[in-house]
Amino acid sequence: MPLDSKTTGFKYIGTRPDRPDGIDKVTGKARYGADAYASGMLHGVMVRSPHAHAKIKKIDASKALALKGVKAVVTRADFPTGLEGEDWNIQENCMAGEVALYDGHAVAAVAATSLLLAREAAKLIEVEYEVLPHVTDVDEAMKPGAPAIRAGAADYSVPEGLHPNVMRYIEYGHGDLDAGFAAADLVMENTYKTEAAHQGYIEPHACLAQLGSDGKGEMWVCTQGHWFIRRMSAAVLGIDVANLRVTPSEIGGGFGGKTTVFVEPVALALSRKAGKPVKMVMTRSEVLRATGPTSSSSIDVKMGMKKDGTMTAAKVTMRMQGGAFPMAPIDSALDCAFSCYNIPAVHHEGYDVLANRPKQAAYRAPGSPMAAFATESLVDEMCRALKLDPLKTRLKNASREGTKASFGPTFPRIGLVETLEAALAHPHYAAPLGPNQGRGVASGYWMNWGGETSVSAALGEDGSVTVSVGTPDIGGSRASMALMAAEALGIPYENVRVNVVDTGSLGVNEPTHGSRATYATGLATIEAVKQISTKLCQRAADKWGIPAEAVIWEDGCAKPSGPNAGEFPPLAIGELAAEMGGTGGPISGHFEATPSGHGGSFGTHIVDVEVDPETGYTSVLRYTVVQDAGKAIHPAYVEGQFQGGAAQGIGWALNEEYIYGADGRLQNTVFLDYRIPVASDLPMIDTVIVEVPNPGHPYGVRGVGETGITPPLPAVANAVHAAAGVRLRSLPMSPPRILAAIKAKG
Amino acid sequence: MRYHTPATFEDASAIAVAASGVTRFLAGGTDVLVQMRADIVTPDDLIDIKHIPGVKDIVQEDDMCWSIGAAVAGAELTAHEGLCADWPGVIEGMGLVGSTQVQGRATLIGNLCNGSPAADSVPALAAAGAEVSVVGPKGTRQVKVADIPAGPGRTTLAKGEVISGIYLPPRGKGGGDAYLRFIPRTEMDIAVVGCAVNLRVEGDKITEACVVLGAVAPTIVVVEDAAKALIGSTLDAKALDALAAAASAACRPINDKRGTIAFRTDVAGVLARRAAKIAYDRARGAK
Repeated sequence: MPLDSKTTGFKYIGTRPDRPDGIDKVTGKARYGADAYASGMLHGVMVRSPHAHAKIKKIDASKALALKGVKAVVTRADFPTGLEGEDWNIQENCMAGEVALYDGHAVAAVAATSLLLAREAAKLIEVEYEVLPHVTDVDEAMKPGAPAIRAGAADYSVPEGLHPNVMRYIEYGHGDLDAGFAAADLVMENTYKTEAAHQGYIEPHACLAQLGSDGKGEMWVCTQGHWFIRRMSAAVLGIDVANLRVTPSEIGGGFGGKTTVFVEPVALALSRKAGKPVKMVMTRSEVLRATGPTSSSSIDVKMGMKKDGTMTAAKVTMRMQGGAFPMAPIDSALDCAFSCYNIPAVHHEGYDVLANRPKQAAYRAPGSPMAAFATESLVDEMCRALKLDPLKTRLKNASREGTKASFGPTFPRIGLVETLEAALAHPHYAAPLGPNQGRGVASGYWMNWGGETSVSAALGEDGSVTVSVGTPDIGGSRASMALMAAEALGIPYENVRVNVVDTGSLGVNEPTHGSRATYATGLATIEAVKQISTKLCQRAADKWGIPAEAVIWEDGCAKPSGPNAGEFPPLAIGELAAEMGGTGGPISGHFEATPSGHGGSFGTHIVDVEVDPETGYTSVLRYTVVQDAGKAIHPAYVEGQFQGGAAQGIGWALNEEYIYGADGRLQNTVFLDYRIPVASDLPMIDTVIVEVPNPGHPYGVRGVGETGITPPLPAVANAVHAAAGVRLRSLPMSPPRILAAIKAKG
Repeated sequence: MRYHTPATFEDASAIAVAASGVTRFLAGGTDVLVQMRADIVTPDDLIDIKHIPGVKDIVQEDDMCWSIGAAVAGAELTAHEGLCADWPGVIEGMGLVGSTQVQGRATLIGNLCNGSPAADSVPALAAAGAEVSVVGPKGTRQVKVADIPAGPGRTTLAKGEVISGIYLPPRGKGGGDAYLRFIPRTEMDIAVVGCAVNLRVEGDKITEACVVLGAVAPTIVVVEDAAKALIGSTLDAKALDALAAAASAACRPINDKRGTIAFRTDVAGVLARRAAKIAYDRARGAK
């Protein structure tokens, strides 16, 4: 779309003002999902399957319903039938039908007058199961003899002869693969595995739901996207979307995991049955067992390289399980696998596989970290074999403007080369290392997203501006929107207030996902407030008796465009706003679109680790993130995103994993044993913001939220190799695995 | 659930004796309350011992023995200069339990009575020769800390018995102790392997030693052979090798989500070496 671009000479963009939500959050006033209350509210509790795979033979709730204060029990029988496709998948995941498909799968729910009573009642609901054979590993799930989880559900893409657990198959590529490998001096091929990791958001899922017998309802919920909650809940319950008004709470982290529903439709169903509002708040164990972690993956990669480091051909085969439902992110994983490189021949193959695990959900650049672990590990192994500098080798092959991307299109202006050059020049890359220490590097990519966006802005009587957006603020977007509105209008940052409003207040907004909010909501905010300045110019023109075209907007004031327009003193926004009631009425702006000019973001990470050769313990000594932000609107938030991505990636690389017992039950359902890094595990993560403006955004913004988690998995593996002399091709690289590898090496 | 606040340990014991259902004594609550919230335990009688006079006291007796009340929190121990000087290994073990917040509540006796083989304070207490006084229906008895654990989640205490205090012996001359644990993170985790070493030197020669492992068997393991490897040595390479071999040989661990048999067995030896060096340095620094 044609937009006036501005990439230099900013007044507010690039500054670091205080965050508008800061005081409320640090003083405990901010209201999160569990902070919603309604009079007469009931508490809902889920009954969950203790089996990985089991036929539900009978559910008897009579004992629970006999308890005084228990107001409703729902099972799948309380939901409509006949849903299809992803709607059916979501309904089935929220409440099991005939078969419980994973440990923790919801099979019933109860609402009672207190949480204690509801928990007691949930224990009294008797469920009779017939335990079925289960499978939780992706490679095992594809083998002959593995239990078929949903036989006959595979789509048209799956070739004959594959296990019925294979739901989708993807294959694409370009160039002459055989010729490429033949031209190489070194061809290497290895298999890599990554375990499922959870987003680990601090705030568990929570909602307060109200649904009347007239089909009209309301919901307050912790989510990244309340229009998604509305659409999915309405589909699961068979009601019209317009009858459900959804208001988002403050959000304690999402990372992609809060773009779908788990308890929300169930709370609505309980409310409809009980005739009262129902609140549901997950426990941490429920979050780990039954929300959406990532897929786990098993990946074969083969690459060819010349002695000078030139890449000649590459092939990847990606097997991913996304739980007992299709839609593991094989597509984006494959698209990102070789995206950093200009390789003449590439081939991609992907298998989307079912296993008896919870339905995967998005997690920060879904699929890309796994792909990067495989390809960027192999690139490092090949650089070692050929004695090449890993950053210079990446630079030699780097994708740049005009490169035909591994996934098809031709790259527009991108910033990978700039991140690699900045990493090469960074003092970190040349710093000396001590004994048992090693350095790793890796690059990564996320394509980012635009998506459906609707924003309104309204001028207040004093010249301040309220911006209404539909993308929940998970990473500082209110501050960024306020900065962009302030810049576009030429008014102070403090004079802009940004609110995240409910589904009744705007057109459809996609969630805050795909690193899209600063790009798409930002673009819409700029356009919406520009409508305000255009209207203000008209008011000034009317007052001066000159044509509107002869008035310009500058520094928060309407001014005559030049001497020919007439001699008038500037009219400030506050003056025009104070009299707007008498000069034509209220002034607001609105913009909505599905912008598609999002620019992808590349990043390059450098990490130093020390491995204790006697225990296999890895400490991260130093970490530097270099990433292209396009334009950093609020640099402190951009740095926070870089650091957060690195921290989560380090956890995934070293200790986080879903551990299933032989019985198919999840073994580590609390943070004590699901080992996310604690603050003292990490060094201060240094950041370098590279700015290669995105031509698709008025100020050059690229999304920055996701790319940061793509390089850490291989970067840490490469550093561990350098430090301990062992190559770990399975995650996590926990101390027992590293020690075993060191001992095996001898 | 009935919540009791007895004024004496005898009353606490009597309540427990009379109780017919599930009973828990409550001190810091950092295990009991977590277990209640996770539906692992739902006590019928919860007996809070924090209202009993003296439970928050740390007293050095005339014979230089340390007497520590049942409700003294970890943070009070780690801030106590006299205890830290005499028994740094015991205090560093306790200091590793949980988080800063947990340290404000968690107690040595709670850590012991929770019965976890991975309890961080127990190996060093046992290595120090600490004793507890147990109040029960048949009166009061003194029991060595090493004799309290019976298995994961179990102790040798009989119904109605409650620990009223813990006693660390006089440190004496030339003593040093240390505790190390292995976790994959830096804090907020549970020991995959733990090892405490307490020893005494005369000059450079070790005259007394006790080595205790945690998290490598259903209870803590007092490794006699490891102590033998140290006694009479100057912690030379041969003694350290023998110590590590004895520690590894004493392991009877399991494979679980926190570690493997091979890993725990190897690392027990590694930690024994490292803890012995620290204890040895402390003992000689203290002479």
